[in-house]
Amino acid sequence: MTEFFQFLFSGLTVGAIYALIALGFSLIYNASHLINFAQGEFVMIGGMATVFFAAAGIELPLAAVLAVLLAVVVAVAIERLGIAPAKGTSAVGLIIITIGAAILIRGLAGIVWDRNFHSLPPISGEEPLVIMGATLLPQSLWIFGVTAVIALLLWFFFAKTLWGKAMMATAYNPLAAQLVGIDTRKVVLVSFALAGALGALAGVLITPLAPTHFQVGVMLGLKGFAAAIVGGLGSGLGAIVGGLVIGIAEAMAAGYLSSAYKDAVAFVIILLFLVLWPSGLFGLRGIERV
Amino acid sequence: MRRLLGSHHGGLVLLVLAILLMPLGFPNSFYFDVAINVGIAAIVCIGLNLLIGYAGQISLGHAGFFGIGAYASAILTSTHGWPPLLALLAGILLSGGIAFAVARPILALKGHYLAMATLGLGIIISIVLSQEVALTGGPDGMPVDPLTLFGFEISGTWSWYWLVGGTLVLVTWLALNLVDSPIGRALRAVHSSEIAARVCGVDTTAYKVLVFVVSAVIASLAGSLFAHFSGWLTPDEADFLRSIQFVTMVVLGGMASTFGAIVGAALLTALPQFLTVFQNYEHVMLGLVMVLTMIFMPRGLVPTLALRFFGDRS
Repeated sequence: MTEFFQFLFSGLTVGAIYALIALGFSLIYNASHLINFAQGEFVMIGGMATVFFAAAGIELPLAAVLAVLLAVVVAVAIERLGIAPAKGTSAVGLIIITIGAAILIRGLAGIVWDRNFHSLPPISGEEPLVIMGATLLPQSLWIFGVTAVIALLLWFFFAKTLWGKAMMATAYNPLAAQLVGIDTRKVVLVSFALAGALGALAGVLITPLAPTHFQVGVMLGLKGFAAAIVGGLGSGLGAIVGGLVIGIAEAMAAGYLSSAYKDAVAFVIILLFLVLWPSGLFGLRGIERV
Repeated sequence: MRRLLGSHHGGLVLLVLAILLMPLGFPNSFYFDVAINVGIAAIVCIGLNLLIGYAGQISLGHAGFFGIGAYASAILTSTHGWPPLLALLAGILLSGGIAFAVARPILALKGHYLAMATLGLGIIISIVLSQEVALTGGPDGMPVDPLTLFGFEISGTWSWYWLVGGTLVLVTWLALNLVDSPIGRALRAVHSSEIAARVCGVDTTAYKVLVFVVSAVIASLAGSLFAHFSGWLTPDEADFLRSIQFVTMVVLGGMASTFGAIVGAALLTALPQFLTVFQNYEHVMLGLVMVLTMIFMPRGLVPTLALRFFGDRS
């Protein structure tokens, strides 16, 4: 049983990180029906920028804030310089643009920073808690807490604020949203900014547990995307549940089956979901008009 | 010139001429190496272009099929002593079989979902290749025996150059014929509107499955050639970045243009070899090429240039 709880804790921890990344995918998907394959790079920026700002003598909390801001700037730049000028490009074209942006950012990170692994100190010590015989690091609690707070904030934002409602309206029907005076261009921009911030936050939080590297965004991004699809693209609750499902499945498979195939688990799940249940756990079934 | 480029056979003649005449300008064997690698990438891209350019279905996992072909050749010849040609055919059967098995459910998906599914498939293949250490040597890679065809060992840059060049011409010819056949027209119909195509009586699923399998088989063939040519194989050849490179070559050269696929493969394979800037900043350059092509030249190099110089007849 101890073993089980140990795997569960580690699954929930990565799962919460996947959830934050998946929320970014869903935000952008809602605003523009676009999959931003550069989402994982925001996570990398969050970790790497914090490390290098801290190395430059900036205090850690401020370094983390600056890293998140940097990711927001990069996200906005992707939208303004990559997505907006390519208006009218096919879905395949947009996928290629965001993948290109991701590779570009990764390359720049490898040049501007470096190609080594880096870690950060945990937020509140390394003294683990023991629950049911399994250990839980305080950093995991921070990750759970921050993910929960973010989920509540996003719920409040979308349900209670005018901006949030404007974004929901754009998600349902961009043309109708424009007709009632919503600036959908701004909505898309805000969704990119928010997705950048969420990704970078995930990067800041996970770096003490899993070292960061200029290529760390590839897998994290893809697994976040897998989480978003499992939960149902565009659904906030789905993103969180999907993240936890993928995280736990991965940890259990690594623990009980084979750690070598840990990374394959998310992709097997995603293939099964895509084939059997493409709308995901909480997604709306899409109806295509001809 | 215009008539020559306009007709498909003219293009094929130009390709043959280019392959025949290029060695005259090659100062040393390094150029042959680059040309052979260009040829191998071009073969993959011609197949991938049938899928992406003509049928409008994206695949972010074709390096997986390239890897299956490469490793089938490597493992069956080096470890089990099979004749290379048989190993190559086994790789083709395996790739084609996997592609056929997954094609129906996967190709029912569209857009992002299809991208994610093919990407997942490619990543699973590359993870298997790097984790089955006993079979593949793992991330360190494995040696591959030289290629022998009908008792003759293909060695040295000249014989490889002619072999890859000949295969490239053959694959190009097949692709051009396929595109000009009823199958090609059906694929283009699927691309412009799948539902309209279905209403007109086109069995869209069957055609999508067919083109997916064909492109996987071609990638596998190229993978086998690559394995024997390079003599050493690592799982990097099957990974996600490699898949992205293939897609970028197709997009850069021009979707729905067979010669575009060759040009794209040539540019993205040769440039990093000759320009050190490209070598040091490989990721940055690849990313820039992808973004800028899609923004400024969404049709790709060859169709855009053809449009500019010869009017609308690409």
